[in-house]
Amino acid sequence: MSETTAGLSEYRRQEESITYSVLPGEPSQDDRQSELLTINFGPHHPATHGVLRLLVTLQGEVVLDIKPIIGYVHTGIEKTAETKSYWKVIPVVERMDYLAYYFNALAYIGAVETLLEVDVPPRAQYLRVIHLELNRIMSHLVWLGTSALDLGAISMFWFCFREREKILDLFEQSSGQRMHTRYFQVGGVFEDIPVGFAAKLREFLDDMPTRADQYGDMLNKNEIVLQRLRGTGTLDAKTLDAYGVTGPLLRAAGVPWDLRKAAPYCSYDHFDFKIPIGTDGDNYDRYAVRLAEIYESVKIIDQALEGLPEGPTITTDRKVALPPRHELATSMEALIHHFKLVTEGFRVPPGEVYYPIEGPRGELGCFVRSDGSSKPARVHMRDPSFVNLQAFAAMSRGSYIADMIATLAMLDPILGGIDR
Amino acid sequence: MPDATGLELLAQELSEIEPGAIVDTTFFREKGTLHAAPGSIRVILNALRERGYASLRSVHGLDYYPDEPRLGVHYELLDMVKVDRLTEALRVSIEDPEIDSVTPDGDDGPGWPTADHQEREVYDMFGVVFRGHPDLRRILMPEDYEGHPQRRDFPTGGEPVIFTYNEKRFDGGGS
Amino acid sequence: MEVNREPIDPRTLRARRLSSHQLLRGSVIEGPNIPAEHEDLTDEEDLQRHVEERVLTTTLDKAVSWARGNSLYPCTFGLACCAIEMMSVVASRVDIARFGFEAFRASPRQADLLILSGRVSIKMAPVVRRIYDQMLEPKWAISMGACCSSMGVFNNYAIVPSDKFMPIDVHVPGCPPRPEALMHGILKLRSMVQEDPTMGWRERYDAVGTEENLPSELPVVHHSVGRPGEGNGA
Repeated sequence: MSETTAGLSEYRRQEESITYSVLPGEPSQDDRQSELLTINFGPHHPATHGVLRLLVTLQGEVVLDIKPIIGYVHTGIEKTAETKSYWKVIPVVERMDYLAYYFNALAYIGAVETLLEVDVPPRAQYLRVIHLELNRIMSHLVWLGTSALDLGAISMFWFCFREREKILDLFEQSSGQRMHTRYFQVGGVFEDIPVGFAAKLREFLDDMPTRADQYGDMLNKNEIVLQRLRGTGTLDAKTLDAYGVTGPLLRAAGVPWDLRKAAPYCSYDHFDFKIPIGTDGDNYDRYAVRLAEIYESVKIIDQALEGLPEGPTITTDRKVALPPRHELATSMEALIHHFKLVTEGFRVPPGEVYYPIEGPRGELGCFVRSDGSSKPARVHMRDPSFVNLQAFAAMSRGSYIADMIATLAMLDPILGGIDR
Repeated sequence: MPDATGLELLAQELSEIEPGAIVDTTFFREKGTLHAAPGSIRVILNALRERGYASLRSVHGLDYYPDEPRLGVHYELLDMVKVDRLTEALRVSIEDPEIDSVTPDGDDGPGWPTADHQEREVYDMFGVVFRGHPDLRRILMPEDYEGHPQRRDFPTGGEPVIFTYNEKRFDGGGS
Repeated sequence: MEVNREPIDPRTLRARRLSSHQLLRGSVIEGPNIPAEHEDLTDEEDLQRHVEERVLTTTLDKAVSWARGNSLYPCTFGLACCAIEMMSVVASRVDIARFGFEAFRASPRQADLLILSGRVSIKMAPVVRRIYDQMLEPKWAISMGACCSSMGVFNNYAIVPSDKFMPIDVHVPGCPPRPEALMHGILKLRSMVQEDPTMGWRERYDAVGTEENLPSELPVVHHSVGRPGEGNGA
C-alpha cells in the first residue's frame, strides 16, 4: 500500500485508509476488488413480476449470484384441494397460475378424466382447444405488455391490454366471467358457446395477426430492444434441460419440444400448426418465439372454429356430469344422479396419475392421487414457472442488473404458479 | 410409455444393477411406475438416465395417511427422444424421513439440478429430509414456521366466516 | 334633434352602482341599462347573487379534500390475480387516468393509496404492513378482491385477511372484481376522501393510542464505510 500512496494527494491517501468489509461486522479485506454488495430486490418491487424476492450479489453492476426467495403468495391451494370434492377443486386450482387459468383447469381435469376413464366428446375437445389457445394468446399479450413496460417501451402495455380486453370479452361471452371462468368441467365443458360467439371470434381472429404484426414492427428491429435483448441471458439447451426448463425458454434455445406435438392431448393432433424455435437461446429469441406463438395460436383457433363438430359438450356419463335440466322433470334416474353429484360429487377409483400439458410457460403437469372417495387425496401442480426459476441464476450470472431485469421479464414467471 | 412388459423388463434390469432397488412395479392407465427402495434412488435415476430417461420433470411428495409408510416422494421422468414417461415412487416412514437428495453431483454420477427447489418444497410441506441437498430450507412457508402443512393430519386452518348471525360469537376477531 | 347629454357625477349612488355592474359583469351594454329582472334588487343583494353565480366559496378543508381526492397516487401493489385486473383498470378500456389516478408510484413514500390486490399470505403480511407504515399520512387502503377482504376461495392456513393487520377503507368484492367494480370502489373512496378531511387513519378508525411495538433490542449494525461523522473526509 505504501508504494501506491507515494505521490498521491492528501485526499487520496485518506481514501486509502478506509476499510471496506464484505458483510457488516466482519473483518475487512484490504483487497478492494472483492467488495461484494448483496442487495435485496424486495417482494414489493415494480420490476419483479409479482412478489418475487431476489437476493442479488453484485460486484459493481455485475451480477454474481442470485438467490430467489419465494413463498410470498403461497396460498395452500394443494391443501385446500384435498378438502373439496373433485369438481369443486376446479375453481381452486384455476387460481394457481393466474394468467393461464384454462390450462390449470385442463391439467387437473385431464388427470381426473384419466382416472375416471371417461371420454370427452369431440365438440368439447375443440371448444377446449379454442379457449386454451385464446388463453395462450392472452397470456403472451400480458407478458409482452409487462415486459415491454420493464424494458421501457411503455406504450406497448396499452396496446396489448386492448387486445386482451377483446379476448376477455370472448371469455365473458362463453362463460360469464372474465378470469377464472370454471368453464372446463370434468368430462367436457360447462356449456355450449352462445350464438354470436363464433362471429365475434372470427372478427378477433381476422384482426389479431395484424395487431401482432404491429407489435413486431414496433419492437423487432427497435434499436433499444436489440441492444437489451440480443445476447443477454443466454443459456444453452443442455443446461436448460438439466434445470428442467420447458416451454418457450427451451424452444428459444433450439429444442423443438412442445407437448402439443410430441404427446398430443385434447385433439391437438387434428390441427396443423408449427412450433417456433429460436437459435441462440438469448432473450431476443425468447421474445421472438413467444410473439410467433401468437400467430400459431391464431391458426389453431381458426382451424378449430372451422372444423367445430356437432354433438354434446360434456360427457353423457351421468355418473360424472350433470344431466341436462330438461331431463330432471321426466327421469327419476336423472334426478338421483343430479342429487348425488351436487351433494357428494362423483367417486373416483383409486390410483395416481400425472397429466402434463403444454402451458404458455412450459410443461404444466397435474398429479392427482385418489383413494376412492369423492375428494382427492393429493393434488400437486407441477408449475412451469417454479422450475424455470431455478435457471434464472445461471442465466444472469455475469450480466448487468439491467440485463438481469430483462432476463426476468423474458423468463415470464408467474408468482401464483411458483408459490401455489 | 413403456408398456407393461417393457416395464417389467426395465425393473428386472435395474434389480440386476442394484439388488433390492425395485420393490414393486405398477402399470396404471398406460403409465408405468417403478417403486424404489429409498436408499437406492440415486442409483436408479442414474441408471434410468443412461437408458434414455434424461429429463426429470417433477419431484413431488405425498402423504399416504393412514397407510404406512406414510410419506412418499415421486419422480417423474421423461425420455424426450422416445416420448416416454416413467414414474419413480418411493415411500419413507414419518419417523425416519431421510432420503438422498438427487440434486447435487455425486461420485455415482451427475446430479439433477432441477430437483433443487422441488426437494425444498417437499421438505417444507412434508418434512422429508434430503441428505446432501445444498440448501435445505423452507421455501414456501416462513423460515420459522413450525409444522409441515401438507401432511394429512395438519389442519387446513383458516378463519371462521363471520356473518351477521354469528358475529357476536366471534367478537374481537376479524375486523 | 337635440340630444341632451349630461355627464354623470361619479360620486352619485347610481353612477357607482352602474359602474360596479359593469365591472363585475363585463357587460357589453354600457350606460344606464340594468336588466329588468335585477331592477328591484338592492345593490348588495345584486352583488351577492352575482358573486354566487360566479365565484366558489368554500372552507379550506373542503378545498383541500377535493384536491386530495382527485389526485390520489396509488402504490403499485399487485399480489396475485387481482393485480391483472388492476392492470386492466390502468389500461384503456376502464381508464383510471380519466380520474387522475394513473400515477402509480412504486415507492410507498410517494403514494397515498394502497390497493391490496390479491391474496395476502402469512409470509407477505408483515411486508404489507411495513409498506403501509412507510406511507405518509393521509393514506387510504383498498382491499381488492375476495381473498384479502375475507378469506376468499381459500380458507386455509396460508392466507391472512387484510383486516387483521391493517385498516382498510374500502373492500371491493369479486374474484377477481371486474375493472368496473374496482373503479366503483376507487370512486367510493374518492368520495370518502372528499367528504371526510380527517387526517390520519388513527382518527378515522378511532385507534388513537395504538402505537407500533418495535422490538426493544434491534441488532446494531456497524458499517465501516459511510457513517456520518466517521471516516476521514472521503
